[in-house]
Amino acid sequence: MKYIALFIISLIFWLLLTFSLTTSNIIVGIVAALATTILFGKFFVTSIYKFLQPQRYFWFIVYLIIFIWECLKANIEVAYRVLHPAMPIKPGIVKIKTDLKTDIAKTTLANSITMTPGTITVDIIDDYIYVHWIYISTDDPEEYSDKVSGRFEKYIKKIFE
Amino acid sequence: MEIIGFILICVGILFNLFGCIGLIRLPDVYNRLQSATKCVTLGTCSILLGVLFFCGFAGAGVRALIALPLLFLSATVAAHALVKGAYIFGIKLGDKSVKDDYKDVIKS
Repeated sequence: MKYIALFIISLIFWLLLTFSLTTSNIIVGIVAALATTILFGKFFVTSIYKFLQPQRYFWFIVYLIIFIWECLKANIEVAYRVLHPAMPIKPGIVKIKTDLKTDIAKTTLANSITMTPGTITVDIIDDYIYVHWIYISTDDPEEYSDKVSGRFEKYIKKIFE
Repeated sequence: MEIIGFILICVGILFNLFGCIGLIRLPDVYNRLQSATKCVTLGTCSILLGVLFFCGFAGAGVRALIALPLLFLSATVAAHALVKGAYIFGIKLGDKSVKDDYKDVIKS
C-alpha cells in the first residue's frame, strides 16, 4: 500500500516539475517513479491513511503561515546580529526535550528548527534534540525549549500524529 | 504582478548578501553554517517566489514553486550533516560559546 502511495506522489511531482503532458514524458516519469519506489519505498511513512484526512492539510497550512512568520522574524534578528559592529552573539549547544513520537514528526521538527535562522539541529537522541543556537537568551531549560521548539511542536503534532 | 516579483527578488538578493557577510564575519564553523542556512530561507526562497510572480503559473513559475520543498529538504539535511560531522571530527566550539550540552553525550 505505501509503495503505491509513494509511486503516485513521485509521479505527480515529476509531472509538475517537467510541466508537459506528452506521451514520452509520461513514460519517462513512470520509469523514474518506479525506480524511486523500489529504491526508497521502505523508508516511506508507514501509516498511509493519514494522507486522506483533510484536517491534517488544514493544520499544515496553518503551520506554514506560522513558520513563514517565525522565519521572517528570525531572519531579521540574525541579520542584525551579523551586521552589528560588535556582533552580539552568545552561541552554544542546548538540549531540548520533545514530546513527538513518530520518526517523521521528529524529522519535520528538526528540519523546521534548522530552517529557522539562528538555530541548527545537531543530533536527535531518543526524546532529546540537540540544537546549536546563535544567541542563548536564558539559562532556564524550560524557557528555551519553549522558545526554540514550542512554537512548532503543537502544529506538527496535529499534522503527523 | 511584475513589481511584486521584482521586490521579492531584490529582498532575496539583499538577504543572500547578508548571509555572505555573516559567512565572513562570524567566528567558528557552527556560526558560519547558521549564516549559510539563513541565506537559503529568506534569500533563495524569495528569489524563487519572485520568479513565480514574474512568470505566472506556467513553465518556469511552477518549477520554481516545486524547487522550494526540494531546496528546504536538501539544505536542512546538508546543514545537519555538516554540523554533526564537524562536531564528531573534533572541531571545538568558538571562544564566545557559553554552553555545550552535546559534549557529555558524545563522550559516553
